[in-house]
Amino acid sequence: MQRGILDEEALEEYVQERVITTTFDKAVAWARGNAMWPATFGLACCAIEMMSMVSARYDTARYGAEVFRASPRQADMLILSGRVSIKMAPVIRRIYDQMLEPKWVISMGACSSSGGMFANYAVVQGADKFVPVDIHVPGCPPRPEALMYGILKLRNKILGEPDLGWRDQYEGHGTEEGLRSERAGAISVERAGSAPADGRLVGTATPTAEQLATEARMLAAAEDAQRPISDDAGVPGPDRDLA
Amino acid sequence: MPDAPGLELIAHEINTRHEGSVLGTTYDHEQAALLIGPDSALKVLRYLKEAPGQEYSFLASLHAADYLPRTPRFAVHYELLNMARVERLRVKCLIEDPGEDRLPETDSVTGIFPTAEFHEREVYDFFGIVFRGHPDLRRILMPEDYVGWPQRRDFPVGGDPVIFTNTEDEIPGWTKGS
Amino acid sequence: MATPTDDRIADTTRTVEEMGRDAIGRTEAQVIGTSPIERTALEREEELFTVNMGPHHPATHGVLRLLVSLEGEVVRDLKPVMGYVHTGIEKSCEQKSYWKVIPFVERMDYLSYYFNAEAFCGAVEKLLELEIPPRAKWLRTLHLELNRISSHLVGLGTTALDLGAISMFWYCFRERDTILDLMEMSSGQRMHTRYFQVGGVIEDIPLGFEQKVREFIAEMPERINQYAALLDRNEIFLLRTKGVGIVSRERLLELGVTGPLLRAAGEPWDLRKVAPYLAYGEVEFDIPIGTTGDNYDRYKVRLQEMRESVRIVEQCLDGLPEGPWIADDRKVVLPPRHELGTSMEALIHHFKLVTEGFRVPPGEVYHPIESPRGELGCFVVADGSAKPTRVHMREPSFVNLQALRDMCMDEYVADMICNLAMLDPILGGIDR
Repeated sequence: MQRGILDEEALEEYVQERVITTTFDKAVAWARGNAMWPATFGLACCAIEMMSMVSARYDTARYGAEVFRASPRQADMLILSGRVSIKMAPVIRRIYDQMLEPKWVISMGACSSSGGMFANYAVVQGADKFVPVDIHVPGCPPRPEALMYGILKLRNKILGEPDLGWRDQYEGHGTEEGLRSERAGAISVERAGSAPADGRLVGTATPTAEQLATEARMLAAAEDAQRPISDDAGVPGPDRDLA
Repeated sequence: MPDAPGLELIAHEINTRHEGSVLGTTYDHEQAALLIGPDSALKVLRYLKEAPGQEYSFLASLHAADYLPRTPRFAVHYELLNMARVERLRVKCLIEDPGEDRLPETDSVTGIFPTAEFHEREVYDFFGIVFRGHPDLRRILMPEDYVGWPQRRDFPVGGDPVIFTNTEDEIPGWTKGS
Repeated sequence: MATPTDDRIADTTRTVEEMGRDAIGRTEAQVIGTSPIERTALEREEELFTVNMGPHHPATHGVLRLLVSLEGEVVRDLKPVMGYVHTGIEKSCEQKSYWKVIPFVERMDYLSYYFNAEAFCGAVEKLLELEIPPRAKWLRTLHLELNRISSHLVGLGTTALDLGAISMFWYCFRERDTILDLMEMSSGQRMHTRYFQVGGVIEDIPLGFEQKVREFIAEMPERINQYAALLDRNEIFLLRTKGVGIVSRERLLELGVTGPLLRAAGEPWDLRKVAPYLAYGEVEFDIPIGTTGDNYDRYKVRLQEMRESVRIVEQCLDGLPEGPWIADDRKVVLPPRHELGTSMEALIHHFKLVTEGFRVPPGEVYHPIESPRGELGCFVVADGSAKPTRVHMREPSFVNLQALRDMCMDEYVADMICNLAMLDPILGGIDR
């Protein structure tokens, strides 16, 4: 879902509907997550890889996606595999509306996630312009294993244990966009690039006063010159000196 | 492929039958092409299909190209094939742009080559070239109510602008509060 | 056809009375229409029921919408509606340099991606008058035939799936996965490999590729025999396909149909034989021809074509010459990486080719090849700059779809499903 679609209250409600609390809910979620039946929705090349995924080598039946239901009323999951053309978009929306709750949408491939390589008049630049998408699977076309990984991620989401994002796994908090300096594009190279002393990865070191001062100076200089700060401004190195 | 002298012979024959049909010939990369005007398409193609020495009875493809800013702006290409001799001949029908509110026109060849039906609908759909006499001329690939002729050179490609991190704030509605 | 009002087309159209059925010159609104009763030119009144099939339907092989007018279970009229996966590829190609057009064009007919690339690269090579080295020709032929086998496998598998023989689907996709492994080995990607470049192929085949292909061609004929054993004399399959969907050879030629459909009707037309390109002139293979042109013949033709393709692949491996795999012309082809460290000229060529791309002298060509569905032709107009002015693909599926109406007319709806499957349409190619 894109940012800004739901405001605070509606967002809270949206999240609450999706957080599993009771044991019964957990049991229901387990049943749903292990038996997601996709609707046959092959649009273009990704459909062939989806068919490969169903076939013997990359069998998805073992994960519960046993039958591809032709009727949307009997399907849980809509795998949008392929480019969404402007003529097809209303049809997809109608099929999505015909599906019964709970339903999920996986946008398979680059074309349905974002328009892919086709930035032109005929392709909708992202299926999430008209259907709510749960999982985007990148690739052109994604390998069957990649799509299966997407289905498993969706399953984890349904089970109430959504996969950790990379910031949790690699302790990358503090690099979110809102925390950067207000002028978008002014990346603090020193802060982002400094490796913490105890060997952890990026970005949790709190900036020192010196670094903050440098940053403020760079901002002020850029404001005066009204030009964007280049990447290597202020980085001490053999050939450049910190002016 | 008829070679260059053979091509001239064909052009000459057609011009004796139908005066002034063939405006010129080109022979590039071993591919022969006859240049004709929009009103002679039917005559020339019928001749090429039925005349005993020619017999190009298979229309492999019918497509158009927009040569903006050159004039004549449009050209409808007919790729003819003689299966017995394995010879291909292109007939290039040059059509002028008639101006703002009118559509370029030529004759439909579906009477001679039934395969042209879908091809001509596609050319109409993308370039706006009207084929007189076509049994069912309407859009084939674009939605029925689409406005515009997409593959013309002056039609914009479309699509959304790419959003980078440093241009995010300029796109209305992308970030919260904007 | 429209009632003849125009002298120019009077002699070749038949009147509505002669045809004895509805004129097809109606808009979709008229076909769907509010009144279910359509008067025809026949003497008795008939009630036709128009059914909309698709675009979302398990048996449409992609997003094809069919408006079928039925009288009971018999098809009286059929109108295909396309455009549901129209991607504007031809328009996008005009904005990209020639090198970048190749991935776009590959995604048109998404089962025979090597063929799309070959049609385009062949056209550009004609415009550039560029001669590709022999090794590239043979490698291209090898990959094209592997792609032909995998395309026919998907066609057969989905056809059998539509008729209810689901096992065939699993077996075909098992073989297809083996072929995709080979493609992954040579180019790194299973589908849409960008392996063909203008001037040759992007990279030589790696060590071990030949051995794996030989393993494949050792087992493939046996597998094809297994498919034949499953379906050839299967009573249900015979009942569904024998005598179904016959269109005469003359009518198919009028409609511009090429490929296995035309060959099944008895016309020995295959561009690999009549106008050989790449290495097809130097390998031995046969063209399977059918007799009646019904669906069973089409199935047999495709099965036999797979066997012939295996023969060609084996001969390609045996006859593969040594040498460069891409042309030498630095103005068109990227220099090899090891030269970039030593030669300034190579670096400049590389820079110009990557940023701007190579320029093609003005001209226009039409380059036809034989794809698994018929004649695939690429029309390229070049104007001297680094981007093509017009790229158009003459797609076989687009033209073959015109035969669907003739195939299904006056036959049952169930036969229409089989006809559509045997037509082997690829909507990516139809819609582009």
